Amino acid sequence: MDVDPDDVFRDDEDDPENEFYQERQSSKELVVFLVDASPKMFSITCPGEDEENTSHFHVAVSSVLGSIKVQIINRPYDEVAICFFNTREKKNLQDLSGVYVFNVPEREQLDSLTARFIKEFDQVKESFSKVIGSEFGIVPGSRDNSLYNALWVAQALLRKGSAKTADKRILLLTNEDDPFGNIKGVTKLDMARTTLQRAKDAQDLGISIELLPLSTPNEEFNVSLFYADLIGLEGDDLAQFMPLAGERFEDLNKQLRKRMFKKRRVRRIIFTVAGGLSIELNTYALIRPTIPGTITWLDSVTNVPLRAERSFICNDTGSLIQEPPKRFQTYKNEDIKFSVEELSEIKKVGIGSLRLLGFKPLSCLKDYYNLKPSTFVFPSDEEVIGSTCIFIALHRSMISLKRFAVAFYGSSSRPQLVALIAQEEVSDGGSQIEPPGMHMIYLPYSDDIRPIEELHSDTSGNIPIANDDQIQKATALLKRVDLRDFSVCQFANPALQSHYAVVQALALDEDEMPVIHDETLPDEEGMSRPGIAKAMEEFKVSVYGENYEEEEEGDNVKGGKKRKNEEAAVSKAAYYDWSRLADDGKLKDLTVMELKSYLTANKLPVGGKKEALISRILTHLGK
Amino acid sequence: MYASDLRLRIFCFCEEKMARNKEALILLIDVGPSMHNVLPEIQKVCSLLIQKKLVFNKYDEVGVVVFGTKDTNNDLMKEVGGYEHVTVLQPIKVVDGDLVDVTQQLPQGTVPGDFMDAIVVGMDMLIKKYQDTIKGKKRICLITDAMYPIKDPYEGTKEDQVYTIAEQMAAHGMKIDCIIFRGHQELNKNNPTIKENDMLLSIFSKKTKAKAVHVETSTSLLGALRTRNLAPVTTFRGDLELSPTCKIKIWVYKKTSEEKFPTLKKYSDKAPASDKYATHEIKIDYEYKSVQDSSKVVPPEQRIKGYRYGPQVIPISSAEFEAVKFKPEKGVKLLGFTNASNIMRHYYMKDVNIIIADPGNKKATLAVSALARAMKEKDKVGILRCVWRQGQAYAVIGVLTPNVSDKDNIADSFYFNVLPFAEDVREFQFPSFSNLPKTLLPNEQQQEAADKLVMMMDMAPPGKEEALRPDFTPNPVLERFYHHLELKSKNPDAAVPPLDSTLKRITEPDPEIISQNMLVIDEFRKHFELKENPKLKKSARRLLRDQKSGSYEGQVGQIKDKAVGSTPGVKVEAIGDVTAVQDFEAMISRRDSPEWVSKAIFGMKNKVFEILENSNEGENYSKALECLVALRKGCVIEQEPKQFNNFLRHVYRFCEEKHLKSFCEFLGSKDITFITKTEAEDSDVAEKDARSLFVKAES
Repeated sequence: MDVDPDDVFRDDEDDPENEFYQERQSSKELVVFLVDASPKMFSITCPGEDEENTSHFHVAVSSVLGSIKVQIINRPYDEVAICFFNTREKKNLQDLSGVYVFNVPEREQLDSLTARFIKEFDQVKESFSKVIGSEFGIVPGSRDNSLYNALWVAQALLRKGSAKTADKRILLLTNEDDPFGNIKGVTKLDMARTTLQRAKDAQDLGISIELLPLSTPNEEFNVSLFYADLIGLEGDDLAQFMPLAGERFEDLNKQLRKRMFKKRRVRRIIFTVAGGLSIELNTYALIRPTIPGTITWLDSVTNVPLRAERSFICNDTGSLIQEPPKRFQTYKNEDIKFSVEELSEIKKVGIGSLRLLGFKPLSCLKDYYNLKPSTFVFPSDEEVIGSTCIFIALHRSMISLKRFAVAFYGSSSRPQLVALIAQEEVSDGGSQIEPPGMHMIYLPYSDDIRPIEELHSDTSGNIPIANDDQIQKATALLKRVDLRDFSVCQFANPALQSHYAVVQALALDEDEMPVIHDETLPDEEGMSRPGIAKAMEEFKVSVYGENYEEEEEGDNVKGGKKRKNEEAAVSKAAYYDWSRLADDGKLKDLTVMELKSYLTANKLPVGGKKEALISRILTHLGK
Repeated sequence: MYASDLRLRIFCFCEEKMARNKEALILLIDVGPSMHNVLPEIQKVCSLLIQKKLVFNKYDEVGVVVFGTKDTNNDLMKEVGGYEHVTVLQPIKVVDGDLVDVTQQLPQGTVPGDFMDAIVVGMDMLIKKYQDTIKGKKRICLITDAMYPIKDPYEGTKEDQVYTIAEQMAAHGMKIDCIIFRGHQELNKNNPTIKENDMLLSIFSKKTKAKAVHVETSTSLLGALRTRNLAPVTTFRGDLELSPTCKIKIWVYKKTSEEKFPTLKKYSDKAPASDKYATHEIKIDYEYKSVQDSSKVVPPEQRIKGYRYGPQVIPISSAEFEAVKFKPEKGVKLLGFTNASNIMRHYYMKDVNIIIADPGNKKATLAVSALARAMKEKDKVGILRCVWRQGQAYAVIGVLTPNVSDKDNIADSFYFNVLPFAEDVREFQFPSFSNLPKTLLPNEQQQEAADKLVMMMDMAPPGKEEALRPDFTPNPVLERFYHHLELKSKNPDAAVPPLDSTLKRITEPDPEIISQNMLVIDEFRKHFELKENPKLKKSARRLLRDQKSGSYEGQVGQIKDKAVGSTPGVKVEAIGDVTAVQDFEAMISRRDSPEWVSKAIFGMKNKVFEILENSNEGENYSKALECLVALRKGCVIEQEPKQFNNFLRHVYRFCEEKHLKSFCEFLGSKDITFITKTEAEDSDVAEKDARSLFVKAES
């Protein structure tokens, strides 16, 4: 990841990209994971990575672990508690039975994540049955209610901090859709009622409760049995609620991780359609490059964090000055001054809204019309009722007519033309893969497009074009090397994973550096399968003839050109008496090209500024 | 004497040399009568080009030649005769402020020009000045409509002649860019002269580095001329590894890269006014201080990078990190191919690369061509893993798409777009549209109205130029910045100029599309209803409040923006010289008295006459046009059609009397029409008569 550490301190007033790429760190999150540890979580399994069966409990714990490992680096200020319920042992401030708050020494129960916490949680699966233990918490004949207790504990933990400055969330992971199923009569009603009341109290305090239900392949998690009331689903929301499903461990794990992100809209915008109709849209950043956490500079002697202080110094007088109000551009040998207000007025074209200009067929959207990641837009009736209806009507028309909309987006950072592409919903086995809505593609201007194709245009008129046989061989190759199941973003970023792993290993004082498996490398074994190798060979022969290897050598002839250059440099370098020039301090009078001849002749690097070249020569001469 | 031999005899003079990396450019501009209505745009784009050179390439040299002028002034005419109606406005010189002025005051010619004569004059200038130096850095840029036939040569055909000229051009390492501007391409398809001219111009691209683009609107004319010349550099040169044994030699370049708003320097006014050599620059200094003890300054080399891990900060020295970090090998490797439909467009992450075969390697060109054509035919894309440079600490995964060339002098190539990694995607869940309650879904009539709208608001109708094609669309913010820079160089207090009508085509819907589809839009509006959410608190209702008034929001919204944007807090009471349009818009939208509407209209009418009366050779036409457009919009919004329609007739008569007929033609070409009954109820002009004024004039 190309992140220049000094970027953190860069003067970024003029850098609109910051706003675009960095997710707003507006508020911190306080999260309590409530993980069901009942025997049912252990008894239901799904096929795992090594074809071994993995329990739902295992799935839940792994996804929580994955989530906090990312969180500790990307959102280090978030506070997290992990709390099991339906446990044999109890550990919580209220001393309620069936609830076990997992923690490590020198850490509050709800606190920032630490390396030690993560390390020990990583081992919880192994020690669980011994230390914590699983036990049904709600059984006939007892008035114990472990779910009620769990919510109470979670709510008490989240009493910390103001709801205004922090998002408070309870994430409940369970596979039991009817927690009071084995209780009967009045007791059942009563227990359900008090539990719901407890949840409502928590919600009234600004705590959101989110359910991450695990379904079994043959029995879907029925949210309306009990949990719909608990998390406050009504009517339409209930119909839209999708239980997690999936037969394989990876599926469940992936879906859980997805839902652990809080859905945040980037902003609300107005979309001016036509004829006086303006609708309301929310924008979401579904795709943005994830960068490793920010860098903090430390004093290498004391390891104390450093603060950068910026000062402005006048180049002419050397005096210290306040941040100046004016900027200038040298033009026609004059300094043309602009006030900050003038500059922002120049940049203001349209006021933050999105304005429809018209529609074009999808074929007009070329592959090279791209500059940065797209933004997703979804309608909202929050302020303007009727927005969704207009949006859906346009969405459907655009899909059926295979057109995209062109609009002008007058954002403050870079006003520009955008293409809005309607995306139909794509689901697979109950899980949404592509949400329905529109994707906003930022279009380049003519100044942003470079005419590279013409750069090497051939005037002799004999640009080679592949013949039918060659195309046919290429087609056969395409068919052979087909990634049928390829899905975008199936690879983890090896640079990022390696960065995470290194920081984690150092934080935990691990002796061995982790080895990251680079998933992005081609499957060489697969490529050498006879079918593919044969297609590859045939393609090669049809284009290069039988003499491909000679072609390769032909390139070495070009290397010969390099050799010729070297020879020329040697003869040129021999022209000067370098030692004497160095002694007389005359090296600086030579041109860079002349200096380079010495370096090339002596096989030294030729990069850098003139001073660097001279000092390299002096070093080489031993002066 | 225009014989080809004469046109060629001149290619044997020599003169001075020039330093490396400078470009020498000749602007050849057709100023004949048929070009008059686009001269304002040509002036804009040419002066922008000079301005950018002044900022980024201030040693470049430029000459300006116009043709179609009544008079003649060029060396060839003096030396060998002929070459009439070609005027060298400015011999080649290093760019400066005068050049900007020259390009902003192009004369209006009176005779049809001969673009081939002009090209030869341009070549002659370049050859005389540079002879064989700066190969590849000599460029001719021709802007013409190529509507008139060129003269016949004494011997041979026109075609032969152009071939000879093109060969000479190639021999001297000159490039030529032709921008051919024609209002409505379709109308001209069968005109034999135009056919012949287009054929002749296309010869250049066969023999030398040449490009010809056809544009139809003034907006795309602004975008068609490459105003900044960047020397492209390769991102990668090496192998495209299909497999360990099969590799294709390729080069990789950036295809798109955002041209940023120029970074201005911070200005210091500390230097005394008498100091002529003051730089006025400001140095920014960083000091690193301990968080605990702010008196302690730590020298930069004593710093160490710390990586946050929860509350801990882990110090890792660069050397330590270097030893353990991800270090992939340089290379571009194929992972495989997949169906194009597997890669949705919205996954493209960054600016785009182009992958071409090593230009010197014929076999590589063939291999790329075979793959690209096969991929296009089978609708497949490639998936690549790329590490562009040795030592780069990351790899990217991306999609390879074919770019099959339709020109016989350009090779096939690929585009490459970076795709996201698993960590880069937030898969939020959104409700399915089909699960939404019926009340939120469009009914059949509504769907039909939407279908019509999507169909009719067509920006790429068959037979017409695609509107706002990114390749021809200039960046309005940069245009405005350079315009303001030029204004400020003459008057430091100059106000920020408004977007003119050409640039507004980019930020606002095209009034032509709107007026053609008035019925469809009306229909759409009638079928949908928007209302404020009554449950919301008053303070939260910000969206609708600003939007509700007026019928055709495009216009209302715009006036509001302007009123707020240009004159915050100040109430406009009269129409000024510089900001006539904004003043008018601000005035007419004032609601503190009903009188402002008529005051604004009255003021604007006077302004238009004032501008026209002071107009010399059409120099103020575009300004008058802007005012008229604003007046028209204002009258539609305020439903005062008669005010405008009568005024338009009046202007027309006025121009006929005052020998300003060219302004009427100018208006005709800009589609200034009467306000019709569909736009304003009170109008007495029917839709079909909107253009009646100009039709009459043409007959």
